[in-house]
Amino acid sequence: MWQALREELAPQGFELVTVGMDTLGAAGCRAAIEAANPSHPSLIDQHHVMADLFGVINIPNSIWIDEDGMIVRPAEAAPPPPIPGSTPPVMTDMPPETPTRLREMRAEAMKITTNAEAYHQALRDWVTKGKDSEFALAPEAVIQRSRPRNASQATGHAHFELATHFVTQGKRELAIKHFRAAHALVPDNWTFRRQAWSLEPVGDGPMARFWQGPGPEGDWPYEGDWVQDIRREGAENYYESWKP
Amino acid sequence: MLLHSLTLPVPDFEQASGWQIKPEGACKGDVCIPLRGQSGETLQVEQLAKDMNLPLVAEASEQCWALGPDSVGGKTLATALAADMTLPDLDGNLFSLSSLRGKKVLVYAWAPY
Repeated sequence: MWQALREELAPQGFELVTVGMDTLGAAGCRAAIEAANPSHPSLIDQHHVMADLFGVINIPNSIWIDEDGMIVRPAEAAPPPPIPGSTPPVMTDMPPETPTRLREMRAEAMKITTNAEAYHQALRDWVTKGKDSEFALAPEAVIQRSRPRNASQATGHAHFELATHFVTQGKRELAIKHFRAAHALVPDNWTFRRQAWSLEPVGDGPMARFWQGPGPEGDWPYEGDWVQDIRREGAENYYESWKP
Repeated sequence: MLLHSLTLPVPDFEQASGWQIKPEGACKGDVCIPLRGQSGETLQVEQLAKDMNLPLVAEASEQCWALGPDSVGGKTLATALAADMTLPDLDGNLFSLSSLRGKKVLVYAWAPY
């Protein structure tokens, strides 16, 4: 979907750069990238520098950067392009043998709201009009709208970096200790949580990393999990609502 | 960024953090933070962390540290000038955002989980 949009807008001087955020690096991202076979740059962010540099706290997210290298919209939810005439999936699409947890996840996911039409209208407006687009924010507005970060949250990012290192070293206990510290210090960062949960896969099927919580019998080393956290925080708050 | 020593080559810090080390201090866009006690091609990390208010977290059992990001002005972005993020593709080839100057760029974050 994004690939098609990129091909359409490329003649207007537009480029898409996708960044896969995964502690497992290329090994984690390879299957999805090879399936998409992108013609645009497709990068691997093993250390979540997108969180440090741009304030990405959930995916999918986007940052818009103009011809001069200035950010004109800081990190925000980036819903897929709307497909005219398509109908949203319904719960009955799931096969009867679907595990309860995946049904629960689906039920919450369906409550997540996005502003796909407004977002994509704004994107096309910016690609066409550039600086004259009302959706290209001035530098001061970009800074003001970027994620709040205090010293304590910055410390959480440092713990996340240590956790990443220990994952790559195969030191699971140390990784968990620092993931937990990162979660406590940056509680609004969904990617920090989802990354850690994805490293405790359940089963070995295609949904193993999407389980994002305790399996039928396994110990669970984290305070929260995807279903518990989204129920507590409200699916409608999973993404900040889009602001022009 | 992950450290195994408390001295750090200037280019490594610049590349990871997006801050440039200049005579007037550490600079990003039009923001500069004065630094004390630094000279030459390596940075003294503890002093740097103090001057820039960067968190420095140690894992004593493993002799390693992580230097966290800045929080200038209580925001993620100290400037609207995009950091020149440099990351590898699937084959390990490095790509820098600055190579796309002259284009409108949408940087899209996703994850396979």
